[in-house]
Amino acid sequence: MSGSVSTGDLREWMRAFRNAVHEHKDELTRLDSEIGDADHGSNMARGLDAVIAKLDPVPATPAELVKTVGMTLVSSVGGASGPLYGTLFLRMGPVLGTRGEVDADTLGAALRAGVDGVIARGKTEPGDKTMIDALSPALDAWDAAAADGPASAARAAAEAAARGRDATEPLVARKGRASYLGERSAGHLDPGATSATLLLEALRDTLAAGE
Amino acid sequence: MKKFVNDPADVLAGALRGIRAAHPDLRVDAENRVILRAEPTREGKVALVSGGGSGHEPLHGGFVGRGMLDAAAAGEVFTSPTPDQVLAATQAVDAGAGVLHIVKNYTGDVLNFEMAAELAEAEGVRVESVVVADDVAVTDSTWTAGRRGTGTTVILEKVVGALAEEGADLATVADFARRVSSAGRSMGVALTSCTVPAAGRPTFELPDDEMEVGVGIHGEPGRSRVKLASAREIAELMVDPIVRDFGEPVGPAIVLLSGLGGTPLIEQYLLYGEIAPLLAAAGVDAQRVLIGDYITSLDMAGASLTVVKADDEMLRLWDAPVVTPGLRWGA
Repeated sequence: MSGSVSTGDLREWMRAFRNAVHEHKDELTRLDSEIGDADHGSNMARGLDAVIAKLDPVPATPAELVKTVGMTLVSSVGGASGPLYGTLFLRMGPVLGTRGEVDADTLGAALRAGVDGVIARGKTEPGDKTMIDALSPALDAWDAAAADGPASAARAAAEAAARGRDATEPLVARKGRASYLGERSAGHLDPGATSATLLLEALRDTLAAGE
Repeated sequence: MKKFVNDPADVLAGALRGIRAAHPDLRVDAENRVILRAEPTREGKVALVSGGGSGHEPLHGGFVGRGMLDAAAAGEVFTSPTPDQVLAATQAVDAGAGVLHIVKNYTGDVLNFEMAAELAEAEGVRVESVVVADDVAVTDSTWTAGRRGTGTTVILEKVVGALAEEGADLATVADFARRVSSAGRSMGVALTSCTVPAAGRPTFELPDDEMEVGVGIHGEPGRSRVKLASAREIAELMVDPIVRDFGEPVGPAIVLLSGLGGTPLIEQYLLYGEIAPLLAAAGVDAQRVLIGDYITSLDMAGASLTVVKADDEMLRLWDAPVVTPGLRWGA
């Protein structure tokens, strides 16, 4: 496969993420009703529908695309997920620069900037039982596999995200609404880590299709 | 699910149409889902903007009007409004004296209002924020997102709204708001779950013979789930944690007993009949008492008790005229 990711690839990624969230909407909402407020699936689905509508025609560069995605998520998801997912994409833009296509290292660095933004906005750290528990290990795995190209990096990242998601199950939440449950939040997967895993699995599937 | 809905995804827009039809002294910005006073903000008056997820009516839109809020941004049911909504509300009501954001302490609300305040300041609007975190059911707040914002918000919006109406400047209004916020404590009990229209089924399961003590206003499970008790015993479960949390004699106070949406007023009064002597015995002098559905959780059966330790200024501002759909007196 080519070693680079185009704006069109990124739009396909967003479409795949939208489809995955719709497919898992009830599951996300069920997870959120166990330790949150039962709206994660419907909010993400609504926000991603808005995103897809905004990506036609496809923006000129990857940086413009992630900016559009971020602004749309901020203004249409609501809850904590809107600012957090929005920040993830908005912070990727400056790293992507003005290039029309990006390689695995650049995309990885952009994702890293995005996740750092989420950590700062949410004042969270690994182990708090949040989306960061899927995203942080995913980025480490991405970096380790980036030399083999973006498809391999995305495959490694998606696997690590899923492991990180599964590892949230025994954790006691320290951030977000689930934290109010204290010990009772243990024994449930974190909905944010679950949707973040869908995000990376969508990237894996999109880049694998281009291989 | 039996509810008055056309399309479960369209509940908020439908409710805003009803508010517009019912209240000519309010203006509804349907695009941004913001409820405003029909009259523009008086020049030099600090404007109060609140908002949050819908489903807690009359909070917040029902408290827009003279003597209380200038605008409220309405999120989807139980979902914080977005930064662009709050920004639209903030810009619409700023009359040069600045805007106070009144935020309930939920992660989503705090993040969205923070982003909105940054955007507004970039547009040249001075913004101060007060975060209400009064729910004593959250015990280990150091290790969580902190205490949730509940009933103190209603009392704060009333008294701070009255102060802003008198022409106090932004710093004074914000300081007073923080003082009120830190003087309030709340505790809620749920007898049933609630049903988010878009979800279509109850948020949590609660057997007929059990209740959730310390429930949040979004159906978040509380401190403990126990066997259903008598009103007298429930009153103790609500009063004790509040009094203990104050840790000092309370003295004069403003007290709110709010139904959570599915509890009739007769039960609320019955419950208050049990609460009142407990408060008095604990040294809470309930100088003003408000009872009814003021901060709700859709169709949840239950109630929340709020005690705000009040000085003379708070009591005077509580008595000042207010003209909103949810609170109306003295005008």
